[in-house]
Amino acid sequence: MSDDILLDVRQLRVGFRIDKHTSVEAVKGVSFSVPRNATVALVGESGSGKSVSSLAVMGLLPPESSIIAPSSSILFGGRELLGLPARERRELCGKDVAMIFQEPMSSLNPVFTVGYQIAEVLRQHMGMNARQARARTLALLDEVGIPDPARKIDAYPSQLSGGQQQRVMIAMAIACEPKLLIADEPTTALDVTIQKQIMELLASLQKKHRMSVLFITHDLGLVGEIADAVIVMRHGEVREAGPVDQIFTQPRDAYTRALLHCRPPLDARPWRLPVIADYLDGRQAPVADTRQRVRGYAADDDNVLVVQNLSKSFYLREGLFGKREFQAVKDVSFTLPRGKTLGVVGESGSGKTTVGLTLLRLHQATGGSALFEGKDLFAMPAREYLPYKRRIQIIFQNPYASLNPRFTVGQILLEPMRIHKIGADDAGRVAAAYSLLEKVGLPAHAFHRYPHEFSGGQRQRIAIARCLTMKPEILVCDESVSALDVSVQAQVLNLLQDLQDEFGLSYIFISHDLSVVKYIADQVMVMHQGQVVEIGNSDDIYRHPSHPYTRTLLSAIPRGVPL
Amino acid sequence: MSAPQFSSMPYTPTQHAAAHSPGLWALAWRRLRADRLAMAALAVVVAALLMVALSASGLIVSDWEDEVGVNYAPPGFVGAQSDAERGPVSGAAVSAAPAPAPVNVFDPIADDIAALKAQAGADDAPLDMYGVSDPLAGDLAKLRAGLAKSGHHAAGARLQTLPFGADKWGHDILKKTIKGGETSIVVGLVAALLAVVLGTLFGAYAGYYGGLVDDFFNWFYSVFTAIPSVLMILTVAAVLQQKGVTTIVLILGLTGWTGPFRLMRAEYIKHKAREYVMAADAIGASHWRRMYSHIFPNVSHVALVQMSILVVGFIKAEVILSFLGFGVPVGVVSWGSMLNESQNELILGKWWQLTAASVAMAVLVTAFSLFTDALRDALDPKVK
Repeated sequence: MSDDILLDVRQLRVGFRIDKHTSVEAVKGVSFSVPRNATVALVGESGSGKSVSSLAVMGLLPPESSIIAPSSSILFGGRELLGLPARERRELCGKDVAMIFQEPMSSLNPVFTVGYQIAEVLRQHMGMNARQARARTLALLDEVGIPDPARKIDAYPSQLSGGQQQRVMIAMAIACEPKLLIADEPTTALDVTIQKQIMELLASLQKKHRMSVLFITHDLGLVGEIADAVIVMRHGEVREAGPVDQIFTQPRDAYTRALLHCRPPLDARPWRLPVIADYLDGRQAPVADTRQRVRGYAADDDNVLVVQNLSKSFYLREGLFGKREFQAVKDVSFTLPRGKTLGVVGESGSGKTTVGLTLLRLHQATGGSALFEGKDLFAMPAREYLPYKRRIQIIFQNPYASLNPRFTVGQILLEPMRIHKIGADDAGRVAAAYSLLEKVGLPAHAFHRYPHEFSGGQRQRIAIARCLTMKPEILVCDESVSALDVSVQAQVLNLLQDLQDEFGLSYIFISHDLSVVKYIADQVMVMHQGQVVEIGNSDDIYRHPSHPYTRTLLSAIPRGVPL
Repeated sequence: MSAPQFSSMPYTPTQHAAAHSPGLWALAWRRLRADRLAMAALAVVVAALLMVALSASGLIVSDWEDEVGVNYAPPGFVGAQSDAERGPVSGAAVSAAPAPAPVNVFDPIADDIAALKAQAGADDAPLDMYGVSDPLAGDLAKLRAGLAKSGHHAAGARLQTLPFGADKWGHDILKKTIKGGETSIVVGLVAALLAVVLGTLFGAYAGYYGGLVDDFFNWFYSVFTAIPSVLMILTVAAVLQQKGVTTIVLILGLTGWTGPFRLMRAEYIKHKAREYVMAADAIGASHWRRMYSHIFPNVSHVALVQMSILVVGFIKAEVILSFLGFGVPVGVVSWGSMLNESQNELILGKWWQLTAASVAMAVLVTAFSLFTDALRDALDPKVK
């Protein structure tokens, strides 16, 4: 029995020192095991302790601030890792245990060629000479599916795309034929179509090399196709562990059920998305409302915004005087009716964010028009545009970056009202700010606090409240839920939906996540390399995609069920 | 076409007032307080500033110009010096008989001099100044008589030793150092403030607007930094034409803005593309508002650290300026002018003024640097 187990983690407890006297426990007695020649997925949201557990296995936790309880035990192939001297531990890691990280760009050293970096691993751990290492590197690059490896071996990381960089990282990790590969959110930073390719690559490598993979992710849907077993973690504890079929079809734990249902389904459109609290409260039928939403533009819609032939070019300096035009957005036209949502989907570099920023005149449009109540937003001078700024607002992707860290929440909310002279006096504005905090589901004492004291989801609520102070008519949501945990994502989506129902807001919802767009959008615009490849009512697009690129995108959505 | 309406709930200000949370400055102070070395350094800096305030308001050391000791009175722990050591400048020593010079055995004309001396001694008459009588002799005699009557500065009332010694005129070195510190620290602080304000203003404009504005300020910067710094200082000094504390402040402030400019410009370039600044643009905040109420608080730690680094540099620069003769005017004392005086004294073996000024400066500068380092760590939002 024990021969089949490659990695056995028992009662792992990891704490972090905050200062001299206090420490916080991130992993609270976690036990799991990874069998040989199998893929185990470790699933959990941020703060669940999944990454800390994997770093503890690798011995990569910062020794000065982390404490591993003496009762913990990590057995690798029957050997206890925790007591091992640093030197032996290091030899083991990299040779028998390898790891790939979330951000390929920051994991690769930008000043060395990728070939050199892979060969370095080979020379270090396999004792190869330069020629052998280069030959092996070429074979590895070929194996992970890098096109034209003979040329790419001498490329610098910045000359490769994000997907290729992650392939290089994988090549480096499998260079020494490790017995265990730890993949820490390897596809989170990548586009959906690339994500699908990387997942397929990992699955095929696992089978070919008969290694074990510990796959760490926040997205339960992602692991259905590749994992043999799933471990669900929350707040440093294992909530449920079991074979993949059982987790997906008969989840025993309420939290697992919640994770499975928080993601907007592709085949239905419930009135509200269920949230974690619905399940953890023990209610078996959390979604009492069984109504389905009907989406789509209607013929009698009152168009609030009509955009025609929107173009945006950036100019790159080239040579001494020359400049090269880069067309980020080409001839984009769409309409946005009052109270409806236009979804904009596309991969990174498709120009979808540029469309949003140009509409708000955060970028200057190169061509085209945006008619708002019959007036062209792009043509009017800055002074005349100011009153319109209030009426068209944006929620950015990263709630950690879009709030000024030196302002209290109160200041953040009062500032736009003061600028636009909304409300009679400051007392009235403060009252309005408090009522908005309540509206977005934040406690009243948030008013005096700073953004860094809030979680990502709460910060996004603050950003939404800031927009609402100006009573906008159009809200551009630029990947507004992409940086959030699945459960929080459902809450924010519900909030956006409630606000639309209540105030008749129009949304331009920009996202790379097709299932979220499917859920919230009436019409979907698919963008590819700055151009609209397909636009139509969302149900039509998802059921009968006409453009091949749309079909590629749709097929890349993780199905979330075991094959 | 009705805009969305929001219900407003009744609001009572008192119910939320208690929920204030520590701001970033309060957190920085908490981190700073945990650092013992930084707190010791801060104590030294605060003590120095307190001394500056007291001496500027005339509560202490206003009598530093009183000639309380004999000239070059040594520090108390060295012990009193003999008259011979004191040298010929002393007013008290004029009436005393000059000590016979020791005979130099290697002097080739020693014999001739001895012969001449013998001849002069044989005459035993006052030296005939080639028939010219001193026209001021009467006045001097009257002055001496007056001084003797007032008795205040009489040689007998002067102290033979002082705790930290005395300078050429018998000023107490301790008081002189405190008074000099006033000038030096004020020059350092005000000049650093001026330099940082200029650097921040230029850097903010250059970094925020970019393009032509950035080019203009960068060329301006390049011109300033292309000239060797001492030459630059002397040029500004020559243009300003007059000596004084204000002049030194202007010289240092107008030449020292380049460092803060560069750093602030880089910070503004980095921050202007941040999402929170874009969000401020989206809600309609003006350029000025974005530059100074949104970005500046987020980069103010850079300005603050630059400020304290420059204070240290400018205290030292004032010394160099005074040493070169472009410093404080006669009658004003600073650590620089004290060091300038001490180069002559050192030849005579009077080391205490040099020691006092350099120790005071070294202690303050070191404390300020240590405090600055700790402040930078405490204010860095990334280190937490």
